[in-house]
Amino acid sequence: MYGYGGSILRVNLTSGEIRREPLPQELARDYLGGRGFGAFLLYREVPRGTDPLGPENRLYISSGPLSGLLVAGAGKCDVTTKSPLTGGYAGASIGGMLTAEMKYAGIDVIAIEGKAARPTYLYIDDDRVELRDASAYWGKGSLTTEKALKEALGESFQIAAIGPAGEAGVAYACISHDFGRQAGRGGVGAVMGAKNLKAIAVRGTRSIPVAQLERYRELARAMYAACKAAPGLEAWQKYGTAGVTTWANEIGAFPTRNFRSGFFEDHSGLSGETMRAAIVVTDKACFGCPSPCGKYSYVRKHGVHVEGPEYETTALIGGNCALASIEDVAYANYVCDELGLDTISAGNVVAFAIECYERGIIGKADTGGLELRFGDVDVVCTLLRQIAAREGLGAVLARGVKHAAETFGRGSEAFAMQVKGMEMSGYESRHAPSMLLSYMTCDVGAHHNRSWAITYDIARGRDAVTPDKAAKVIELQHIRPLFDCLGACRLQWVELGLDLGHYAPIVEAITGLPRSWEDLLTISERVWNLTRLYWFREVPGFGRAWDAPPPRTYLEPVETGPTAGKRTSREAAERLLDMYYEQRGWDRDGRPTPAKLAQLGLAGL
Amino acid sequence: MHLHAESARCSGCRACQLACSLHLFGENNPKKSALAIVPHFPDPGTFEVRVCTQCGVCADACPAGAIVQNEQGAYTINAEECTGCLTCVEACPEQVISTHADREAPFMCDACGDCVAVCGMDVLSLR
Repeated sequence: MYGYGGSILRVNLTSGEIRREPLPQELARDYLGGRGFGAFLLYREVPRGTDPLGPENRLYISSGPLSGLLVAGAGKCDVTTKSPLTGGYAGASIGGMLTAEMKYAGIDVIAIEGKAARPTYLYIDDDRVELRDASAYWGKGSLTTEKALKEALGESFQIAAIGPAGEAGVAYACISHDFGRQAGRGGVGAVMGAKNLKAIAVRGTRSIPVAQLERYRELARAMYAACKAAPGLEAWQKYGTAGVTTWANEIGAFPTRNFRSGFFEDHSGLSGETMRAAIVVTDKACFGCPSPCGKYSYVRKHGVHVEGPEYETTALIGGNCALASIEDVAYANYVCDELGLDTISAGNVVAFAIECYERGIIGKADTGGLELRFGDVDVVCTLLRQIAAREGLGAVLARGVKHAAETFGRGSEAFAMQVKGMEMSGYESRHAPSMLLSYMTCDVGAHHNRSWAITYDIARGRDAVTPDKAAKVIELQHIRPLFDCLGACRLQWVELGLDLGHYAPIVEAITGLPRSWEDLLTISERVWNLTRLYWFREVPGFGRAWDAPPPRTYLEPVETGPTAGKRTSREAAERLLDMYYEQRGWDRDGRPTPAKLAQLGLAGL
Repeated sequence: MHLHAESARCSGCRACQLACSLHLFGENNPKKSALAIVPHFPDPGTFEVRVCTQCGVCADACPAGAIVQNEQGAYTINAEECTGCLTCVEACPEQVISTHADREAPFMCDACGDCVAVCGMDVLSLR
């Protein structure tokens, strides 16, 4: 099949059986790739009510039709599973070189099921696929494991590995790759750990066939030329996502002290400019990317190398835990990476614990004598290590902020910043209703990546609670996750302004299947509705209440900064949901109507 | 005219290698490219780019006389005259004469410049 690796690699860790299936053409036609493949296979193959950390759960690692080809940003891979954090759908995106290498090995999807009897890693060298003993790596950090496997197998192998947090089943453990790229959200690393799968090593040496070679090369040249001519290229190459930090603070969106505020008074020590000057040593790209957001750093003060910090890490570990120095944030970032913790959830959970301590909801009896306070990197890193080891307070925090609030009680649920059980990422949204709606309706939980609508709030008026805001969220929820189906990065479009008109023609030239932009968006909407159905199927009583914002967003006005005194009322949030459901063709409980499902070819599910 | 690389600017994306394999063989395969990106991670965290400097050492070393300059002055390997002895691969001071299991003859850069066009970081130039 043009543009695809051509196969699904099935790996049963219980029986040791490994087999390749041809990629079904209908799957490529109807679900495109990446996230679409994962969502479809999860829905169809993993039985209702499966324990996320049981052997019946499956992990799908999927490239897309653009992955590994000459397309700007063609380095994205999707990891889908049933989430141990939320009990619902988890789809996490990871950059780096993995997705391309899979394609060169002729693989579109690695589908992992069962549980190995002992620590194991999956070895793939083109057609040679083996399960190998990973005892020597068990207990080791993600970065240490990657380095050791590269030394053992060769630099040309691409490695994805988990750290101690994944081994221990921390509900927000990530999968790490390329010394600083993560499939971060939803606990995909814990699923790997529960399967005794420490790592995956891949090398591929084959060529990916394309349908219309000359047309594809011409379109590719035009795409790279457009990226290189973009006015925003220089700043993005210099600062990456860290360039957003100062702006987020200026608009009062920078989460600070567990989202009590959207403005961090000590932000200057965290800015992209500070970071570039103080710690960055190398710009680091994912496959095929002309505008690398990866900034690889050396933190002299702590003697460590780390990729980042990305904006999200600076927001959740920096502002949200009130660390004022980029060196300290970078060090905590390194600690998370080595332990295999998602920095977003980890920073959110740690800030929550500190606030609970400040309010006297928990005390030294709970923390083992540790005094929790904002602004202290040692406190943050101590908690991170306790979480990864599931020791002391870490045993509670390891299950996520929703669980921690249920355990601590005493009103802490009101400031547990989560939706659907997933910790909120880096945008304080009380004065940004469409961004708040994005968090409420994101299909993995409170994550920003499906709809980064905050710029629309600013353009349209931040107080407005109007149908166009729901429409914008829906539009973004179709465009942005489409990139996760394609196996490519959306940031050339978002940050460089690359025209979306580049994509459908190159998909067509690569795959040979006629595709309009509207066709592609329909696939994305199909996937969005399918993940919604998955939540209804898996979570008892799922519905509108699961789309509610964290109570802090409507109970407490922002404390300080440019948005001080602002909040989005619960009533306004409910109105937004009404508009959103109606425009989506969902009922008042947020369930897709039979007519919508029929329109998307999902009738009968 | 030969390729020049400023390694310190490289972000390791490998678009250059893909453009190279498309030029040489019409294939999408960075392992069939004639320039090398060597990552040094996690420490010191840098990329090393190695490119053909058109120094001609390979041509002098080739016992079959299969490496000759084309009309643009770039050295190329004539696959029909190549005996597959790999002496050139050993001789190349930059280690950028490549081999692949699919191909009997090694292959090398012909200074086409396709890699330069897709490099977002301006690492590569033809001089």
